[in-house]
Amino acid sequence: MIARVRGTLSGGGKTPYDRPLLAYLFILPGFAIYALFVLVPIAGTVRYSFYQWTGFSAPTFIGLDNYRALLKDDFFINALGNNIYFILFYTVLPILLGLFLTSLLARSRLRGMAIFRVGLFLPQVLSPVVVGIIWRWIFAYDGPINEFLTVIGLDGWVRPWLGDFEWAPRAAGAVGTWVEYGLCLVLFIAGVQAIEEDLYDAAQVDGASAIQQFRHVTLPGLRQQILVAFVVTFIAALRVFGMVFVLTRGGPGQETQVVSMLIYDQAFRFRQAGYSTAMAVVLSVIIVGVSALTLYGQGRREEDA
Amino acid sequence: MAEWVAELQMRVGRGQGGRLAREALIYLVLTAFLLVAVLPFLGIVLTALKSPTDMAAGPFALPQEWQWRNFQAAWEGARFASYFRSSVIVVVPTVVISILLSTMSGYAFGMLRCPGENVLLLTILLGLTVPFEAIVIPLWKLMGTLGLRNTYWALILPQVALSFSFGTFWMRAHFKTMPRDLVDAAVVDGASQWGVLWRILFPLSRPALLSLTVLIFMWTWNEFFLVLVMVTGDMRTLPVGLAMLRGRYASDVSVLSAAAIIVALPVILVYFAFQRSFVRGMTSGALKG
Repeated sequence: MIARVRGTLSGGGKTPYDRPLLAYLFILPGFAIYALFVLVPIAGTVRYSFYQWTGFSAPTFIGLDNYRALLKDDFFINALGNNIYFILFYTVLPILLGLFLTSLLARSRLRGMAIFRVGLFLPQVLSPVVVGIIWRWIFAYDGPINEFLTVIGLDGWVRPWLGDFEWAPRAAGAVGTWVEYGLCLVLFIAGVQAIEEDLYDAAQVDGASAIQQFRHVTLPGLRQQILVAFVVTFIAALRVFGMVFVLTRGGPGQETQVVSMLIYDQAFRFRQAGYSTAMAVVLSVIIVGVSALTLYGQGRREEDA
Repeated sequence: MAEWVAELQMRVGRGQGGRLAREALIYLVLTAFLLVAVLPFLGIVLTALKSPTDMAAGPFALPQEWQWRNFQAAWEGARFASYFRSSVIVVVPTVVISILLSTMSGYAFGMLRCPGENVLLLTILLGLTVPFEAIVIPLWKLMGTLGLRNTYWALILPQVALSFSFGTFWMRAHFKTMPRDLVDAAVVDGASQWGVLWRILFPLSRPALLSLTVLIFMWTWNEFFLVLVMVTGDMRTLPVGLAMLRGRYASDVSVLSAAAIIVALPVILVYFAFQRSFVRGMTSGALKG
């Protein structure tokens, strides 16, 4: 992204109007609000992570103690592990499913694509809380999944999915796959249509099979879309909060606990605001770091090309 | 897996009628994925219309008679009328203020030049990647200091601040693509930059503004963490109201379903009405970001 921004900034074509004072005046009102309610709090989070602080009392400086405690905090490590486990469901599966469907669609222009797009995208616009309510009903003991299993004679599989220590994490993960696969698919389909026809024609002339065409033309052509899908769904997996809050509240035990919920609980229930900000810093560093690395890598490869 | 499909496609695709068989296969798989995406929501709609007797008949039984009283129970009994009101009170100013501020800064970054603009822009774009969890605790403290905790401002101002980040990025990209001759001509005619922006460019930017509006509307409407932390009681917006209801009415699935639909419906209606703007905003926004 950064390379991209720089590129467009310098290569704007015609000279922009050189009106610095006016430009500052136009930027200032929004920037003031942004600075006060985003930038200052970011600095605050970093600062508080070095303090013992209840959120009410005066903070006491304790250096790296919060971070040292995090390393030994089984709850935190477990929650972070669950977030990482969710990447399989939020990121890997939707991208594979999207590629699978895209390869199936190949280059055919189907009628009625608009209807498919509207439907496939629907989970993206629902509030995560609503998504949690929907899937709580689906996974309920007397819900559709168990009913279906009973009807087709698989009674042995009937179980309280969200209360089952083995199955609850998979169930919560599957909800993530449901939310994200439509986005990946819509991204990839749009991407395939932007690949130049000539590339496929050339491949055909060279006698490339459908498989080879997919591997050597479609996949490289979708590289940017795949990276974007990766970053967006990866962030979703690490930030999941509202959906789990409603679906399982982290349970059973700590099986579906996630970092965001620990941040909330530590700060607003257990009054460990300082400790909570240390968790927030770790989570943010992972999110910003991986996003930046991915997009930076993409920028570099584009410059090489 | 993809290779296996390509292989299958080739086999199916051979011979007479192969194209037809291939298209049928594609439609079949697409329809399956479409149903998986849509059916869970339709299921909850049916559940919301059921009476207790219908509920006892199992999840696949259709409601014998459509029951609107579950919606009434959510709307009045569970105070969703109040939550709905809060949502509207928060969303409308957030969208209007964000659009105005983003248009101005987007114009400045897209059409004007000033020293340090790169640094400024990158600072603003930082807000695109920083997770909300990273600011919520100091924000909560700050709102306490400002005496704004448990007011709608505690929800509106941070939402504007975060939307400004995406909005600036979005509108700047848009203004970069606008024909400069328009501005040049107007400036020659003696129009001020302010006048050019609002009287000439703003009306011409309808598609970009529409995408931005629906996205900010959806993000603000669906926001959960911020609302959960900042306000209590009737000041809560719909998603937090729904999460609280899940705690209290966990056993009454039909009322919970009706409540979930009240939360989702406004966004779904806007989504259906402006689906092109939505999908364009979310996919190309993600691509550019």
